[in-house]
Amino acid sequence: MVKKRLLTFVAVVVVLFAAIAWTSPSILKDVKLGLDLKGGFEVLYEASPFDEGGEVTPQTLKQTAKALEKRIDQSGVAEPEILTEGANRIRVRLPGVENEEEIRELLAKPINLTFRAPDGTVMLDGRDFKENSAGVAYDNFNRPIVTIELKDGDKFYDVTSQLVGQRLSIYLDEEMISDPEVTYPIPGGSAQISLGNAKKADAEYLRDLINMGSLPLKLTEKYTQSVGAKLGLNSLKDTVTAGVIGSLIVLFFMVIVFRVPGFVAGVSIITYAWLLVLVHNWLNATLTLPGIAAFVLGVGMAVDANIITAERIKEEIRSGKSMSSSLKAGSKNSFRTIMDANITSIIASVALYVIGDGAIKGFALTMIFSIIVSVITNIYLSRFLLSLLVSSKAFNKPKHYGVKEEQIRAL
Amino acid sequence: MRFDTNIRYDFIGNRKKFFAFSIILVAVGILSLLIFRLNLGIDFKAGTTMDTATDHAVEQQEVISILKELGYSEIPTVGGANNDRISVRFGEELASEKIREIQTAFKAEFGEGSSFEVNVVSADMARELAIKTIWAILAASVLIMLYVMIRFEWRFALSANIAILYDCFVVVAVFSMFRLEVDLPFIAAVLTTLGYSINDKIVIFDRIRENLRFSSTKNDKQLTELVNASIWQTMARNLYTVLTVMIVTVFIFLFGSESIRLFSLAILIGLISGAYSTVCIASSLWYEFKKREKKKPASAAKQPTV
Repeated sequence: MVKKRLLTFVAVVVVLFAAIAWTSPSILKDVKLGLDLKGGFEVLYEASPFDEGGEVTPQTLKQTAKALEKRIDQSGVAEPEILTEGANRIRVRLPGVENEEEIRELLAKPINLTFRAPDGTVMLDGRDFKENSAGVAYDNFNRPIVTIELKDGDKFYDVTSQLVGQRLSIYLDEEMISDPEVTYPIPGGSAQISLGNAKKADAEYLRDLINMGSLPLKLTEKYTQSVGAKLGLNSLKDTVTAGVIGSLIVLFFMVIVFRVPGFVAGVSIITYAWLLVLVHNWLNATLTLPGIAAFVLGVGMAVDANIITAERIKEEIRSGKSMSSSLKAGSKNSFRTIMDANITSIIASVALYVIGDGAIKGFALTMIFSIIVSVITNIYLSRFLLSLLVSSKAFNKPKHYGVKEEQIRAL
Repeated sequence: MRFDTNIRYDFIGNRKKFFAFSIILVAVGILSLLIFRLNLGIDFKAGTTMDTATDHAVEQQEVISILKELGYSEIPTVGGANNDRISVRFGEELASEKIREIQTAFKAEFGEGSSFEVNVVSADMARELAIKTIWAILAASVLIMLYVMIRFEWRFALSANIAILYDCFVVVAVFSMFRLEVDLPFIAAVLTTLGYSINDKIVIFDRIRENLRFSSTKNDKQLTELVNASIWQTMARNLYTVLTVMIVTVFIFLFGSESIRLFSLAILIGLISGAYSTVCIASSLWYEFKKREKKKPASAAKQPTV
């Protein structure tokens, strides 16, 4: 029974380390690096209405961001990240981009929505439409249609008269989005575009696109960052190496000072680091330089949780308790302290996440993950492993816990 | 409950000295901020920074003359292990043609393999970030205070909050005194200080709370003894934790990349200040608040709910 516990401990550690060793190479390969680490280009745009009297609405901003994404996709850049921020900002991150000049020009062009005749002549553009007037409705067969309104009814009548029986194609930049046929000249400036058997989502997409075209946004660069690949990779290598060496020394120190609990802490902390990278990948989070710092500092907090427990157990042993009741009392007494400390740190990180943006958000997010993973590994896993060792009775001397015999008081 | 009464320093008895030291430090910090202000980096001040990793070693004078030819009077810094890193900060927001011009000139001189990091920040973005940061710190400290009030009591919350804001201030003040650059990662460092520092305070307050349950604190002497004992009971943990985190931070400071060096320095300062304020300030503040309550008819220590 007692031997079995020790075997369980050894088995758990071996399985854990085998899993870590086996999966680590592929996990590390999957880590998505931020552009400060792998090079690339980031730009923050502020959108303002192209025409006077216009306004930036959440819909047009979102549509503009989507249109930018389309442009970038067509330019062949992999994994662009395009986010809207606040009421009028768009942040574009392009990891690995070297030809930033071209991309910048591409992005800065206003979104161009045009309506063209079959021969390619531009008949109308987005600004011929009343601002934000396109909508989705349903025809008699309950199929979605897009309703549109034009500023100048006569112009639309002219255009449609010329093109009866032909197509009036809708283009976003140079890509054809929709290809409706003009069945008869349309007076009054109101019309509907039938989409056949298209889905509601398609109709909504076309509606948003026309609304965006009616209120084109001008994008001004507010912040740009471009990092050469070499510079980024050097930063990564140096920082990771420094962090790993520092952490190894800490683990060594833990074993020297705390003996058995120190060894258990080492197992938990390595598991913690592995799990944190795994969680990071699952959430598809991007690792940035401040993120690495948060990561390494998370290791510090993980060590702290183990130190608090180990110190507490030492104290209980010194007070004369038996090994197993020392473990129980030590774990119980340190749990509340560690939880309170971690929860306050989470609170601080959440405030940071909500208020900050860009790099600060990334830092805060890594902090939050790391605290959660830390609670799982450094409280529960550590405790489980320690209880196995204590009940195995293989390590029952006070010196195994860093306590000298003469420090023990009689109860 | 018996307390370990081996060799011990009387922190509570000497609290006035520590208060005086910290008040002087804060005063010096305020003076420094008024006189020197902060050496704001690109994230907080509009302009352009350009960091370059070159193919071979570079002399500062060479860079200066290249910049001069192009019409810039900025003084670059040259660093890195082999003098192959150039860092230039321009006061203006450079247009992309201008940046390319400089890059072409650098490449011609320092090798085609030169790699650049360029940041351009406009004035309103910089201001916005500064304001957001202050809000973030205030929001975080108010939330922490609320949590500690719920889990402990207001005296702990107030003492902890004074001590953590003090630690954050010390980091800012030291950066001001030594004219170190304040950038975006610095903010992350100040906020990490906040998190670490509160950790330390919770550990020691938790111990005081625990000791309160098992001992009588009818007079000042007993209260003093209780707080001193709590400080010493958690001393080993405090030292070990600070030491381990310091090892990692020092390594990143010494061997980490250029861009993270100041960040780890800020964390280091925060760490030291946090450890000091935990032992010498936070508990003494709580003692001061608690002592005042004790003057009133001795009410038994409130039983914390667990």
